Amino acid sequence: MRELKGRRWPDRSGHFGPFGGRYVAETLMTALIDLEKAYRKAINDKRFREDLGCLLRDYAGRPTPLYFARRLTEKGKGAKIFLKREDLAFTGSHKINNTLGQVLLAERSGKRRIIAETGAGQHGVATATVCANRGISCVVYMGSEDIRRQETNVIRMRLLGAEVTKVLSGSRTLKDAMNEALRDWVTNVRTTHYLIGSTAGPHPYPMMVRDFQSVIGKECIRQYRKAERGLPAVVVACVGGGSNALGIFTSFLGHKKVKLVGVEAGGLGLATGRHGAPLCRGRVGVLHGSKSFVLQDQNGQIREAHSVSAGLDYPGVGPEHAFLKSTGRATYVTVTDQEALEGFDLITRCEGILPALESAHAVAYGFRLARKMRKSESVIINLSGRGDKDIGIVADTKGAGRVPH
Amino acid sequence: MSRIEETFVSLGKSGEKGLVVYLTAGDPNPRDFLSYLHGAADGGADILEVGIPFSDPMADGPVIQGAFRRALAGGMTTGRALSLVSSFRKKHDTPVVIFGYYNPFLRYGVRGFCRDARSAGADGVLVVDLPPEEAREMAPEAGKAGLDWIPLISPTSGGDRIRNATAIGSGFLYLISVTGITGVRKSFPPRLVKWTREVKTQSRLPVAVGFGISRPAMAREATRHADAAVVGSACVKVVEHHGTSRKGPLALRRFVQSLKKAMR
Repeated sequence: MRELKGRRWPDRSGHFGPFGGRYVAETLMTALIDLEKAYRKAINDKRFREDLGCLLRDYAGRPTPLYFARRLTEKGKGAKIFLKREDLAFTGSHKINNTLGQVLLAERSGKRRIIAETGAGQHGVATATVCANRGISCVVYMGSEDIRRQETNVIRMRLLGAEVTKVLSGSRTLKDAMNEALRDWVTNVRTTHYLIGSTAGPHPYPMMVRDFQSVIGKECIRQYRKAERGLPAVVVACVGGGSNALGIFTSFLGHKKVKLVGVEAGGLGLATGRHGAPLCRGRVGVLHGSKSFVLQDQNGQIREAHSVSAGLDYPGVGPEHAFLKSTGRATYVTVTDQEALEGFDLITRCEGILPALESAHAVAYGFRLARKMRKSESVIINLSGRGDKDIGIVADTKGAGRVPH
Repeated sequence: MSRIEETFVSLGKSGEKGLVVYLTAGDPNPRDFLSYLHGAADGGADILEVGIPFSDPMADGPVIQGAFRRALAGGMTTGRALSLVSSFRKKHDTPVVIFGYYNPFLRYGVRGFCRDARSAGADGVLVVDLPPEEAREMAPEAGKAGLDWIPLISPTSGGDRIRNATAIGSGFLYLISVTGITGVRKSFPPRLVKWTREVKTQSRLPVAVGFGISRPAMAREATRHADAAVVGSACVKVVEHHGTSRKGPLALRRFVQSLKKAMR
């Protein structure tokens, strides 16, 4: 677990160049400073790293495989396509990596209550799961719109003993769930750990969540070198808040020849204004405690995002992605709802893998890219989660998918 | 000396405590907001805090969230809010503090905002999500424009944070009475008295206590050791209740009078 140790970014004040920081109410500042101290102490503690490593292996099922997608590759007639199978991690997505780390940290800090926000419900499920496993009380904030479209995850969380709190304000999605979780945290800051599920929010969250997720890229490099020689040409991941993308990107950052591509939600198309693509179409702003690219109007009011996938339906993005975009180390593109649904079909029929709609964005773009590349090259797609939660949505869009009663 | 400083000096001379009244710009609509603001000033508010509405107010409770929603639905913007302050200033000398979240100011342009706020007649600015660590983006610009920078202190802030806030602040220190979001409460936490005294000994600035003050007796209790009380949600509730009714501004004026009276 040595990879958890400090990297160059963010700087001591929690900034990634001009991005990041701690733009929060004074009441939270002491908690954030304490959390950062506790985190740095924990990752330098061999016992913590061993405990986490053990849970990641025996409870979460890591390492997840790097799978060569033969039929998909043959269909593309271009670069080899590999899938990093985070959908096989326990609870069905990469979210468990960060959740385990933060719950262990909360335990060390004596916090017996955990709150979390969730969009697609994957982070909520991961949090509810680990809280059940450790005997900690858990409250998950979720927008009513997301509760409607990700019902199975709501049922899972409740079965695990979590209290799912319906959020009715604003766009009733991830953004508003995060506002409500922050309000809870301001109120209960002394007893509660706020378990942010993405590389967003105030420092130290973007750093900490990235570090906990960076196990994905670490494994991936090792596994790729075993399967092939050298390094892949391109690594592709979807970007909502950005945790699965940074999880796989981080270990490749130093390998300058590896192209890193983040795929944002193009929604109904960038021209319609109904999308979830702050990196491609947003402006620099401050939302939920950090400075990054944000979807906003000319008066600085936050605009509602749109995506067929609840996990990408967020008007902000983690500050490190803003930084990677500004330095040119990573590039960011979009895939529309329609294209993502095609990506879903493609990998389902070709490989027998039902991907999360979030991950289907990365699949759609990765496949398109691979077709234009040489056969000697490789593309790794981070398959961040499995698609069981989305089958209702996909069936509805097909119209005829549902089984008649 | 700034208008806010003058206010505290003259309050001190007469042995009085200050009353800060908060309202959201454009709530319930721009014209009626101005009537309410005049009502508060006529009722005896010593300082007025005018909120710029924001779509995602993460430190505010349901009452102020509602006010923000109403104001935004009526098309309120930072620029229009400043015009309203400017209209108010033509009739009243009561100091005005602009309250808001950082993003609308950032979008407007920090330097331009500070300049325009000052020329509209504002006297200070309070940005809830710019703690001392991030305040360098705006506090110096506010200072240059002649605006007081009002820092927040919470029950979780230790001594060094109180000193840092005092160092970058001017006008007064806004002491948050509870760990939590804005909103009316029935009583203060028992620690408040000790906590206020602690802050008073560590800061040269006048101290205003806010969050949760719902009735005159609480305003009195809050100012036993502090220099002023901030009443936000309770005043916004008056606006929410009366809306565009002609009686509204008068009702607010009476409520403000009752608060002020209890503090004497």
